[in-house]
Amino acid sequence: MIDDIAFIYLATVAVLAGIATVFVRSPVRSAVSLVVVVFHVAGLFAVMGALFLAVIQLIVYAGAIIVLFLFTIMLLDLRHERGEPYLHKNQLWLGVPLAILILIEAGWVALTTPAVAEARRGDFGADTIAEMGGAGQVLASVLFTDYLLPFEIAGFLLLAASVGALILARSPDEDEMLDMTDPVADAAGAAVAGEGGH
Amino acid sequence: MAESVNAYLYVGALLFAIGALGVLVRRSLIVVLLSIELMLQGVNLTMGAFGVFNGDMGGYMLMLISLTIAAAESVVGLAILVTVSRQVTELYSDRLKSLRW
Repeated sequence: MIDDIAFIYLATVAVLAGIATVFVRSPVRSAVSLVVVVFHVAGLFAVMGALFLAVIQLIVYAGAIIVLFLFTIMLLDLRHERGEPYLHKNQLWLGVPLAILILIEAGWVALTTPAVAEARRGDFGADTIAEMGGAGQVLASVLFTDYLLPFEIAGFLLLAASVGALILARSPDEDEMLDMTDPVADAAGAAVAGEGGH
Repeated sequence: MAESVNAYLYVGALLFAIGALGVLVRRSLIVVLLSIELMLQGVNLTMGAFGVFNGDMGGYMLMLISLTIAAAESVVGLAILVTVSRQVTELYSDRLKSLRW
């Protein structure tokens, strides 16, 4: 009963904040609405019984990704966007039906999924997980055995993304700055070499 | 209601569709990236619900990996945005025409 009330509250606020994320004009408010969505989706995970996923969701999304977004929004000066229209007027006729189509498709999947009683059949039910020492422990043991390859690929993806972001966001002037440090380094090297020779 | 997988799937579907609408309709590139994150929220909720209610650790793993991909995607997307903002003063998707014919 209390679970149902919590679910209805969390789902309603998550969807409303999602609508706000998309249709609020200012990017900062949009990002803050997304924080609300993230918190309420984390609450949905908690109601579901997946506390580990809820905590991970909070740490990674609210703690890292949205903060990164907010930093970038503040870094880019967006004040001149105030008077402009914020929607593609001539893309609405395509975008709205396409979004409704996606909603119908995903809703159809949700509608035709068998309900709980027949569906709880896997190896890791809630009781099994509790017996084995909690979702964190089970996930960790599975992560390094059955799912080792996807885990390593995800780690490599993160490495590639961070290197790519560094290369992309570097300003063109910095190449010259690197060139300017070279003579200094050369001079220092020469001085050391000279001292050694002396 | 909180004990059936379908309710969570509906919420995930709604979040995904709203995010898709944002990607298709908004002009500001930052809000497009935020809408992609909203779509990923819907996907995460769906995969987490399947993992929990089917008693399968694969759902948890998929959610973790989609989290990683979301982080990588937003980092690269924001880096591209910073680079673009050096060339175009206004970050609107319909102002970027140099690669379009």
